[in-house]
Amino acid sequence: MPSHKPLAPIEVRSYLFKKILLLSGIASVLFLVGMFITLVMQSSLAIQHMGASFIFGSIWDPVKDIYGALPFFLGTLISATLALLISIPFAFSLSIFLGEYLKEGILKTVLNSTLDVLAGIPSVIYGFWGLFVMTPVIRNFETAIGVTPHGVGILSASLILALMIIPYSASISREVIALVPQDLKEATFSLGSTRFELISKVILPYAKSGMFAGFLMSFGRAISETMAVTMLIGNSNKIPSSIFSPANTLASVIANEFAEASEALYLSSLMQLALVLFIITTVFGFVGRWVIKRWVVPV
Amino acid sequence: MTFSNITRGLLLGLSLLAVVGCNNSNTVNLQGAGATFPYPLYSKMFDSYYKEFGIQINYQAIGSGGGIRQLKNETVDFGASDAFMKDKALKESKNPILHIPICLGAVAITYNLPGVDYLNLTPELISGIFLGTIKKWNDAKVQAINSHVTLPNLPIVSVHRSEGSGTTFIFTDYLSKVSSKWLSGVGRGKSVNWPDGLGGKGNAGVAGIIQNTPGSIGYLGHVYALQNKMPLVKVKNKDGQFVEPSIEAVSNAANTKMPADTRASITNTSAKNGYPISGFTWILAYQNQDFKGRSYEQAKATKTLIEWMITDAQRFVSPLHYAPLSESVTKKAKTIVNSIHFAGKEL
Repeated sequence: MPSHKPLAPIEVRSYLFKKILLLSGIASVLFLVGMFITLVMQSSLAIQHMGASFIFGSIWDPVKDIYGALPFFLGTLISATLALLISIPFAFSLSIFLGEYLKEGILKTVLNSTLDVLAGIPSVIYGFWGLFVMTPVIRNFETAIGVTPHGVGILSASLILALMIIPYSASISREVIALVPQDLKEATFSLGSTRFELISKVILPYAKSGMFAGFLMSFGRAISETMAVTMLIGNSNKIPSSIFSPANTLASVIANEFAEASEALYLSSLMQLALVLFIITTVFGFVGRWVIKRWVVPV
Repeated sequence: MTFSNITRGLLLGLSLLAVVGCNNSNTVNLQGAGATFPYPLYSKMFDSYYKEFGIQINYQAIGSGGGIRQLKNETVDFGASDAFMKDKALKESKNPILHIPICLGAVAITYNLPGVDYLNLTPELISGIFLGTIKKWNDAKVQAINSHVTLPNLPIVSVHRSEGSGTTFIFTDYLSKVSSKWLSGVGRGKSVNWPDGLGGKGNAGVAGIIQNTPGSIGYLGHVYALQNKMPLVKVKNKDGQFVEPSIEAVSNAANTKMPADTRASITNTSAKNGYPISGFTWILAYQNQDFKGRSYEQAKATKTLIEWMITDAQRFVSPLHYAPLSESVTKKAKTIVNSIHFAGKEL
């Protein structure tokens, strides 16, 4: 006859602990799936009604119930890509400077905490600063080169986005660079290499997948950033003709129009925008992780 | 000594608890949600209502559309909107939704042209500017009615609200009435497909873009234009006069025929001396206050509050640059409020 030995209290505790951990893991997956299902259900009316013209249509007219989101896809893609391109050189050099050149001292502490504070500033403050300080400068620039001097537009939005994501990607890259093993660096120096060679031949190959992850995550952030972009992009529903023209992004349209939308199809179309934004950010997350896995340097 | 101290402390604590408990059981809290346009006024009203009558009102300025949604979901006691609900939307609700006008507000047109203190514009020019067909400030038609200044050779940048708003509804409602091109091409709504120009988020965003952009022109809630000390456009009304927005001119605008349910647009008013771009803002409430298990007291409190808003509370309206209800409108509003009941019982 098999006899069950009573569990010791410590075993019960560890069993419960494991279950709780598992539960919170499942809960977060359920949350993600639930959110997806809600978005699909809420946008089903728009999907039936608009079909593919939702993706390829270029007219967004709530008065006439026509919803084509192409201008917003383009606005999102162009502003986020431009922001990433502007931010990469700065984030890259900042992270190398902080991770490798500036090892200790007051300056390092000051710089590090500045980056952290910058990353934590609410985006509405970036937006206001951009609107009142940066756009007049851009307007002067636009007047000088002879394009319509709007001040706000894709360029302004991308510049502020770049400012917002630099601290973010720089601090991720900095952490990754700091993870490069000390003995690897010492070995490199012992072979007579210079600091530049150490960075270019050892640190960067070692840290590149992590740095790439940082850039990818900042791109995701640039795509979904709402408040500052809404304040600076000029909010025009037309397909942008240049980087100086006003545009709109997926996130900014949702933020702008959700509060006042009361008709069913209109609301459902906004939900479909949210669904698309959800899918894009999720895909970026998965692709990013896959690339990182393939690039990991075996040590 | 110690013992008596402890008892005293206990007694004090118990009596405090009793007071708190009492308050909790007697207090009715009201929930409202909706329009942002009258928010400065409502927060002032509700604040003094709490001070006078001890009833707390939580008002979320989430926008008219959100207010209507929440009322339909029966999660609030009342909604608030700057645009009246259409017949079709009203028919969807089994329990009739009432519109109770609270005050009037004007939409001001403001601009940034250094050295130009005031500007005259006709309806044709305003629609032309926002349609993007009039592109320069020194356009002959604009200059012709502004002989008091020499207008610069600057491109016109029109600025509108990027998010859906009651202010936009009043403005596009006006343009739809004065321009057939606007009506067929763009139409009226809280969000429209703007043919031209820049969008700013909120009154603050529009004001920011205008103040920063020489050559820009845009529309704002009257209060916000005054607060920012921005120049106002005199708009030619139906009567042929150039009128600047003011409390008086807006009150004048409402001197027209009104339907009994007060769902009326007063833009492009035919009233003399009336400012043509103005509108009502309404509180929305169910006629039958017996929904979602609300108590009689809750229903009674809602009705009393709305009654107070259209009578005593009108004293807060003018100081905040909204226009108070005229006598005839107040009368109609009272009739509407009196029709509110609780499952057939009088409130």
